[in-house]
Amino acid sequence: MSVTETPSPQKSGAAGSATFAGSDSRKYNYFEPKGRKASHYEDMTVDVQPDPERYLLQDWIISFADGTPTYDKTWTALKSSNWHQFRAVDQEWERTHYQRQSTIVGMISNLIENGRRSGAPKRFDRAWVKVLSDHLGAYKHAEFGLGTATMQAQRYGYTQMINNAILTNSSYKLRFSQDLTLYLGELALDIEGIDLDAGKQHWLEDPIWQGTRHATEAVMGATDYLEQYFATNIVFEPLVGELFRSGFVMQMAAAQNDFMTPAVVAAAEGDYERNLANAVELFHILVLDPDHGDSNRAILVQWMHKHGSLALDAAHHLQPIWSQPRVKVAQFADALDLAKNRVRAIAAEIGFDVRATLDQ
Amino acid sequence: MPDSLTLNKITAQKGMSISDATRRVADLGWTPSYVQEAMTFPTDYKIKKTPRDPMKQVLRSYFPMQEEKDNRVYGALDAALRGDMFRNVQPRWVEWMKLFLAIIPFPEISAARSMAMVGRLAPGEELRTGFAMQMVDEFRHSTIQMNLKKWYMENYIDPAGFDITEAAFGKCYASTIGRQFAEGFVTGDAITSANIYLTVVAETAFTNTLFVAMPSEAARNGDYALPTVFLSVQSDESRHIGNGHSLLMSLINDPDNHLLLERDIKYAFWQNHAIVDAAIGTFVEYGTTDRNKNKESYAELWHRWIYEDYYRTYMLPLEKYGIKIHHDDVAAAWDRIVKKNYVHKTAQFFSVGWSVNFWRIEAQTERDFEWFEHKYPGWYAEFGNYWKWYEKLSHKGETQVLFNADVGYVYPHRCWSCMVPCLIREDFTYDEVDGQTYTYCSETCRWTHKVAFAAEYEGRPTPAMGRFSGRREWETCYDGWDIADAITDLGFVRNDGKTLVPQPHLHFDDSKMWTLDDVRGHQLGSPLLNFRSLSAEGKAAAAAEYRKGFVINPLN
Repeated sequence: MSVTETPSPQKSGAAGSATFAGSDSRKYNYFEPKGRKASHYEDMTVDVQPDPERYLLQDWIISFADGTPTYDKTWTALKSSNWHQFRAVDQEWERTHYQRQSTIVGMISNLIENGRRSGAPKRFDRAWVKVLSDHLGAYKHAEFGLGTATMQAQRYGYTQMINNAILTNSSYKLRFSQDLTLYLGELALDIEGIDLDAGKQHWLEDPIWQGTRHATEAVMGATDYLEQYFATNIVFEPLVGELFRSGFVMQMAAAQNDFMTPAVVAAAEGDYERNLANAVELFHILVLDPDHGDSNRAILVQWMHKHGSLALDAAHHLQPIWSQPRVKVAQFADALDLAKNRVRAIAAEIGFDVRATLDQ
Repeated sequence: MPDSLTLNKITAQKGMSISDATRRVADLGWTPSYVQEAMTFPTDYKIKKTPRDPMKQVLRSYFPMQEEKDNRVYGALDAALRGDMFRNVQPRWVEWMKLFLAIIPFPEISAARSMAMVGRLAPGEELRTGFAMQMVDEFRHSTIQMNLKKWYMENYIDPAGFDITEAAFGKCYASTIGRQFAEGFVTGDAITSANIYLTVVAETAFTNTLFVAMPSEAARNGDYALPTVFLSVQSDESRHIGNGHSLLMSLINDPDNHLLLERDIKYAFWQNHAIVDAAIGTFVEYGTTDRNKNKESYAELWHRWIYEDYYRTYMLPLEKYGIKIHHDDVAAAWDRIVKKNYVHKTAQFFSVGWSVNFWRIEAQTERDFEWFEHKYPGWYAEFGNYWKWYEKLSHKGETQVLFNADVGYVYPHRCWSCMVPCLIREDFTYDEVDGQTYTYCSETCRWTHKVAFAAEYEGRPTPAMGRFSGRREWETCYDGWDIADAITDLGFVRNDGKTLVPQPHLHFDDSKMWTLDDVRGHQLGSPLLNFRSLSAEGKAAAAAEYRKGFVINPLN
């Protein structure tokens, strides 16, 4: 063997220890930031899922049997002249997602622990306990259904930004469905006679919940991923989810000596504000699309009509629940009006007309 | 206060048991009756038995656990900077991270997407919670790796290559090999891709070399950020392995699935070997400066993690369910690593093509030669002269090794299946599929393309199986191009508009760094297009010649 070794040319591998071509290029430079500078979320997210329009020199290299590539624009009826424009408003990447989720479960755990220690569940009004086991117990399945629908939807988006926003949406819904499940299970440790199977039975059989189950299954069964995302956040959440969570549970609970349940349920309202902001941003971009805005708007109106009709029917079926608490401090009609106004405001923000659905 | 009194004893109150909590959570699902869920990602498998979740974890404990893991990771990164890690890091190592970290975030997020595919297929709800956690885990892995890469870019001496990372990922011949991995997780038959290829083989077997063996080498090169991030990533893999095994057990229960399981385990094992061992073997063996003869070589690591840990304790026991395991493929993969120098030939190929990379590769030196010869007897006779040539031709003004006829290297064909070049020349083969000729590195890769990825398998219709597509031979994209124009098109030029991102050395000095003008004047060509243009006899003769291999000329 002959010696070919050359001495190590550089003593330090640290930034700034030498100046040469490219030594100052310390930002990801392959995408256009939304703002003046790229956010950390953009650096973590943009272009991680490539496509032939963004650097994929050799195209997708595996296809489904019918020739459909790994990601395909035809997986939604909506069209975009620039699928890469969308950025999630909540700017979530893994660290912020775990921080927020962990904070929520910590808050809920502390709340339940301290509430139980103070004997709060035993002071709940008896009629209210039955409402919780029957109806909050039923509602947790709707949250789970939307969580699985969005888990499905996050496979199909044409960009990483869209798919990750739908993924975190799914994570929030699945967590909340488990929050409710475990909360009721812990209440059952303190309140004798609470039936943990009642919720599912009401979900499957009680006429009050069949409209909601139908609307949820319609979201789960949709084959267009953006229809699923739209139906979840623009239709079901305001017309059924918020209606039940804010319009019923959070308003009624205190009057039934229950300070715990509103705090548990409040977490979902916080989740929804973020998911809604992301969804509004995406659909707003699509409605404003210079080439496809009009056709996209027409599709959103169709989706609103399809899922809105089911959601309104679901909402009306829920009406009897408002009569079940012993102390009645909220009216269904008021809650539904608020829900409809919420949808009108969301639709106005996105830029499409909901009169055909809401005024029927 | 009595000694035995603790805060926990004062405040503790009875809670739900873990088994009760997981049972209740698993009961969240139901069978829809108003609208059926569409089976949008098809499979040819039958799944009758409900899989069980072996992990029994709920999201309430999952999120704080993951946040705590994150806090440790990010704390360690901060500590690494305070400890001036980059002052002592080995640039030879970090350069390879430009390739590795360009590739890995997309396979990770593809694994998240694939949970949608298995989540809907598996009957029952118990495992759906496991799949949901895996989905969020993979989101974690993808973005935590993007963060690590950004951290290298901000703190390592040469950020070029990190700064173009996702663009480079889409264009580089080497990262496309990694994309075969990622697309394989989410495309085609949902069980083949998301269960067998991803969890049963990639995660259960090969993440050990990816996320355990490789980070150990990083630490030996002064980089303790990569181990911190990747061992944290690996700690999530046990959950994924559990998900995969549980679904596998529900499939294996039905003898109708056995034929497809045998096909998919064969395909997945071989392709994981071909892709992961090429890449990770090269990083571990050629990216290191640590030549301690007492440390394990990649071959030894492979034997421990893949042969002993995976083959003997995971694959072999599947035989008791009536599955035929392809022992010969495991033996062949081992032979490729220890007898046929697969890793060394891959590293050689990467270095031959240095000018179309987006990272630097420096020459191996005398210290390296001794270690290689110690670990792989006979290495020097086959590769010693080549690395001497490489060092000589790493200086500006020389004709780069790719086009230097004095060296004796013969540019290889590319395998249409694993997309790694056909480096073990004697195993080269070719075949026709749908009337077109393709080249392969091995018989198993030929089988994968022609037999496994087809509409029928051993007489059984397989309508859900995927197909290979796209411009899989990278060289086709630049056939007839001047290499300087190709590098410009690739975007592998630094921000002065002329200096190449890749360099065949670790000199951080403009006067020694190659520019477009230093490489211009040589034309790239597609071996496949040339091969296809031959007659049947011509192809046979060319193949016979190719199988003879080449000899690197001595360097005087």
